[in-house]
Amino acid sequence: MSRISATFQKLRSDNKKALIPFVTAGDPNGQLTSMIMHGLVEAGADIIELGVPFSDPMADGPTIQRSSERALEQGVGLRDVLQIVSRFRQTDQTTPIVLMGYANPIEAMGYSEFAHQAQVAGVDGVLVVDYPPEESRELTSRLKASGLDSIFLLAPTTLEARMDEVARTASGYVYYVSLKGVTGAKNLDLSEVAEKIPQIRAHVDLPIGVGFGIRDGKTARAVAELSDAVVIGSRLVEEIEQAAPQDVVARASALIREIRQALDRA
Amino acid sequence: MQMYEALQAYNLPDERGHFGVYGGVFVAETLVHALEELRQSYEQLRQDNDFLSELDYELKHYVGRPSPVYYAKRLSEKLGGAQIWLKREDLNHTGAHKVNNTVGQALLARHMGKKRVIAETGAGQHGVASATVAARYGMECVVYMGSEDVKRQASNVYRMKLLGATVVPVESGSKTLKDALNEAMRDWVTNVEDTFYIIGTVAGPHPYPMMVRDFNSVVGRELRVQMPHEVGQQPDAIIACVGGGSNAMGAFYPYIEDKSVRLIGVEAAGYGISSGKHAAPLCSGRPGVLHGNRTYLMQDENGQIAETHSISAGLDYPGVGPEHAWLKDSGRAEYVAADDKQALEAFHTLTRTEGIMPALESAHAVAYAMKLAPQMSKDVVLLVNLSGRGDKDMDTVARASGIKL
Repeated sequence: MSRISATFQKLRSDNKKALIPFVTAGDPNGQLTSMIMHGLVEAGADIIELGVPFSDPMADGPTIQRSSERALEQGVGLRDVLQIVSRFRQTDQTTPIVLMGYANPIEAMGYSEFAHQAQVAGVDGVLVVDYPPEESRELTSRLKASGLDSIFLLAPTTLEARMDEVARTASGYVYYVSLKGVTGAKNLDLSEVAEKIPQIRAHVDLPIGVGFGIRDGKTARAVAELSDAVVIGSRLVEEIEQAAPQDVVARASALIREIRQALDRA
Repeated sequence: MQMYEALQAYNLPDERGHFGVYGGVFVAETLVHALEELRQSYEQLRQDNDFLSELDYELKHYVGRPSPVYYAKRLSEKLGGAQIWLKREDLNHTGAHKVNNTVGQALLARHMGKKRVIAETGAGQHGVASATVAARYGMECVVYMGSEDVKRQASNVYRMKLLGATVVPVESGSKTLKDALNEAMRDWVTNVEDTFYIIGTVAGPHPYPMMVRDFNSVVGRELRVQMPHEVGQQPDAIIACVGGGSNAMGAFYPYIEDKSVRLIGVEAAGYGISSGKHAAPLCSGRPGVLHGNRTYLMQDENGQIAETHSISAGLDYPGVGPEHAWLKDSGRAEYVAADDKQALEAFHTLTRTEGIMPALESAHAVAYAMKLAPQMSKDVVLLVNLSGRGDKDMDTVARASGIKL
């Protein structure tokens, strides 16, 4: 069983929901990223989504765009991201890591090289924003051969017929994009999420994570009541952006701890 | 009019938008449905006679088509070789080929019931062409433009505003065309239900490369009729500049099966290919995925998109339409490059010999024709697609000559 499936299974038996923070690798630098990751786990994160910086992050709002730019200024590329994962794995062999990013850095490395290197580094899953299932069969099969999960997005605009297509290709969990918009947008509509999740469940037999636009413990809890996992991205990246270097780990952890508490409150 | 019957056997892209390994639909999930909806509407309307006659009418009475084919006699004589003929897209309403496509997409938007259109622009020509048709059809129009380009192209920004469009300066990334495209995509994801995204070139996710090609291929269809009639033969070669590649694709497409016609795309070599500061992905880039399709890209070894340079803002783009990538790999078309200096020389030469000021984009095609013509005999016919007029480039040309206007 993959680390991701094991994580969801354990959470289910503990009657808990998964908390998945997102941070961009290399923001503010590679060294701090692995420290932030350990801090997030200590604060209650179950899975970490690690952003691979890209020059043209089309699906991201300004916060994550800036974070990607900061990482690129440090010269952080996909190979450096894999090194950060390796370093993290030296002291944490249980928390699943999902790489999240865009197609071209993977295209540049080559599918088999990427699948192999990601496995060696200790990556568990890969989510590529601009590879819908139809365009990613080859990568998905290489990842599968290396024991990695392929995470796919579902959107408010996804028709039910297409959910079957996604279900055939996806593993680990699916990521429901809670709103029409980019990451960090502020137009999250809970009733729309409540309507969509049961539809997804009818077609997809995987845990459902929800992300985009979740900014506080209260919303996180409301979303978690409908789904299996909540993803906190832009709000966390904001903390990292605003903190002085010596406070970054503490501030990132404090936010995740607060959301963890909101999720677990009886 | 049977507008889309020019090609029977060449049938790319496939139904998922692939030209060989290129093209496709590489977008975030939120846009998949919108693109499918667009594909279906377009597939239906491209066979709808009412739509096609409306398009024909607009192209004739609003754009001013057909555009003439003109023999550049003094230029040809000066070079002393092949005959250079010009397809005068510079005479279209708004001064470039861009309007062929925006009229088509705006009509499509209207048929789909979308009241708001958005567009990206580099130099501002596609933005102006989009703002123009939005005014023509009474639609709200928002144009995304890199903040660097907003500074460089102030008069086009003002033109768009006069036409009633909102121009949004984009501050992210390199603050140029590619970033404007990113921002337009973000707008589209957010407002996908009521908004139509008018992409300005033969790039982007399927069906855009096919659709923009089809709308611009009015150029090549006219050439097929005009050339035998006015010149007595089809051209021996068609030469067109390639940024994203829409004017070139429009001229090439009806000739793809006619293998006696050489198809030559001219990319922007900027300060020279060896300098690395250029916009010639077909000549020196590698395949990758950007802006919804797989194609040749300017990129570094980590797959980050490289910043480009060309004196012509309309060619200053790190990617290229996927059909050009396929035409290159298949050997059907040749791709070469002209640098800033050659384009400027061509600009001045054409202006002085023919009284025609080409856009700096089109000047790249003229430059290559000027290089080729002297090596060829006088019965060879070179057709240059003169994709736009140079009025917009006055400041740039003056600055390059050390003159401040």
